[in-house]
Amino acid sequence: MKSFLNDIKRNPGIYILMIPVLAFFIIFAYVPMGGIIMAFQNYTPKGGFFHSDFVGFKHFTDFFGSIYFGRLIGNTLAISILNLIFGFPAPIIFALLLNEVGNKAFKKTVQTVSYLPYFISLVIVCGLVADFTASDGPVTDLIASLGGERINYLGQPQYFRTIYILSDMWQGLGFSSIIYLAALAGIDQELYEAAALDGANRWRQTIHVTLPGIASTIIILLILRMGTMFSVGYEKIILLYSTNTYETADVISSYVYRKGLQEFNYSYSAAVGLFNSVINTVLLVFSNKMSSRFSDTSLF
Amino acid sequence: MINKKTPSRIVFLVFLYAFLSLLALVFILPVWHVIMASFSEATVLTAHTGLVWAPLGKPTTGGYGIVLSSPNILTGYANTAFYVIVGTTVSMILTIIGAYCLSRKSFKFRNVFMLIISFTMLFNGGMVPTYMVVRNLGLYDSRWAVIIPGAISVFNLIILRTAFMEVPESLEESAKLDGANEWTIMFRIIVPLSKASIAVILLYYAVGIWNSWFPAMIYLKDRGKFPLQLILREILLLNDTQVMTSSADAVKNAQLERKLVKYCTIVVSTLPIMCFYPFIQKYFTKGVMIGAVKG
Repeated sequence: MKSFLNDIKRNPGIYILMIPVLAFFIIFAYVPMGGIIMAFQNYTPKGGFFHSDFVGFKHFTDFFGSIYFGRLIGNTLAISILNLIFGFPAPIIFALLLNEVGNKAFKKTVQTVSYLPYFISLVIVCGLVADFTASDGPVTDLIASLGGERINYLGQPQYFRTIYILSDMWQGLGFSSIIYLAALAGIDQELYEAAALDGANRWRQTIHVTLPGIASTIIILLILRMGTMFSVGYEKIILLYSTNTYETADVISSYVYRKGLQEFNYSYSAAVGLFNSVINTVLLVFSNKMSSRFSDTSLF
Repeated sequence: MINKKTPSRIVFLVFLYAFLSLLALVFILPVWHVIMASFSEATVLTAHTGLVWAPLGKPTTGGYGIVLSSPNILTGYANTAFYVIVGTTVSMILTIIGAYCLSRKSFKFRNVFMLIISFTMLFNGGMVPTYMVVRNLGLYDSRWAVIIPGAISVFNLIILRTAFMEVPESLEESAKLDGANEWTIMFRIIVPLSKASIAVILLYYAVGIWNSWFPAMIYLKDRGKFPLQLILREILLLNDTQVMTSSADAVKNAQLERKLVKYCTIVVSTLPIMCFYPFIQKYFTKGVMIGAVKG
């Protein structure tokens, strides 16, 4: 405590400057953490955090016992896992393919074009998705010309995840490849020359030089992604889903939003949110531990 | 690179160029479709299915006339401009101050404060408790509810802090000897020497606020304060054409021109970002690298 006071005396300016920053985090991060108490209450805006009835773990047992519990976990994991299987390797493959291109102008053009969707806002991307998969949209048109049905695909529960993942890839593929392209650029060219002298063709060079060269980047990003398996963002889900597609589209975070801010089940929603936060935190800490074990990289 | 052009290599290269060209087309075609459709004739467009390669019917800018005279779009634009300018300023000031303090070596307890701040990346109160706090602060339906609660991104703060720590300490010390206070050191020495990182963070904040719609949706009731993205959501995803007009007669027209209006709205609302795109792209790619080596 004494050394703390000494530090204040030594750096009065810094402590004064820290006040608004600290106040921000206290008010908008730590006070809401205290507000988690409402997950154990029957919170009413009138009673507030201090005078609402305490109900213990009731909302948690309600949630675990509800028919939505399994569905939400299933949907959240399904989207995460599909994203991991298809969304994760795609930018790596894209970067590897670009790396094989000798023509600089062509490479640059493809790269620039691939970043373009990243700069379109999420609302517009989702608007485009809805429009393109509508019964008269270009994507539906393509499917119909290949012998498929002419229907509104976004409204069909069995296609929701496919649409979600593919549109994610369309928007993020190019931009996610930047980090791999940088890793590829960092590989010592002499290694390729040495491999070529040893008679390795381009394919063998890719296996023995290129992949080991970017392996650490891949591993770190993979581990960090593992840490977010239970957190599928609500924004895109809310923009794309509809009552028709809840059965495959509704994830924990979108459920928290709907229960809490649309149906005003404040406490129940806070309980579901807390359940999700705790899992996320555990996974994130674990994945960071793993990441710092494999490399010097971790988030904190 | 020494690689013999074997026949199999040539076949591979042909496929490679063909595949990447196709992929580039997949990225660009939706954008092309939207632009071409936005200059089409409303009735022809409504009846059309599939991609629009060139303006349908007689090329016209009629759709843009409707969009640009829609009061909702215009106020949405003005509101977004306000949120971007004020929000980015507030975010930048707070983030710079925070990053500056936490990068000072003389600040003995900086790691304690860093821990307090980093912890919020790991765990948070969640949507509903945060919402309640904002409401209890009396910020509901206030423009500040869109700006303040998300003002500081810890990620950006850490990036900036790392950049500030790279400024040689000797500069700061000599300024201190000349009697400079913290404020002067921060804005006269540290900030000018970290321009590249500051530019990256500024863009992150500005683009983030430009794209943001969720806080506005949950905290705002008054349509007059809605940012552009929220209006876009109504037009594009909730298919609310009444947003475009007010009179009943115009509603009927809007129904007919719904598709055209949608495409024109997309173009109008994406244009500013696309104009800055080459510039933004450079800084964003730089930002990815800063974020990656941050450690």
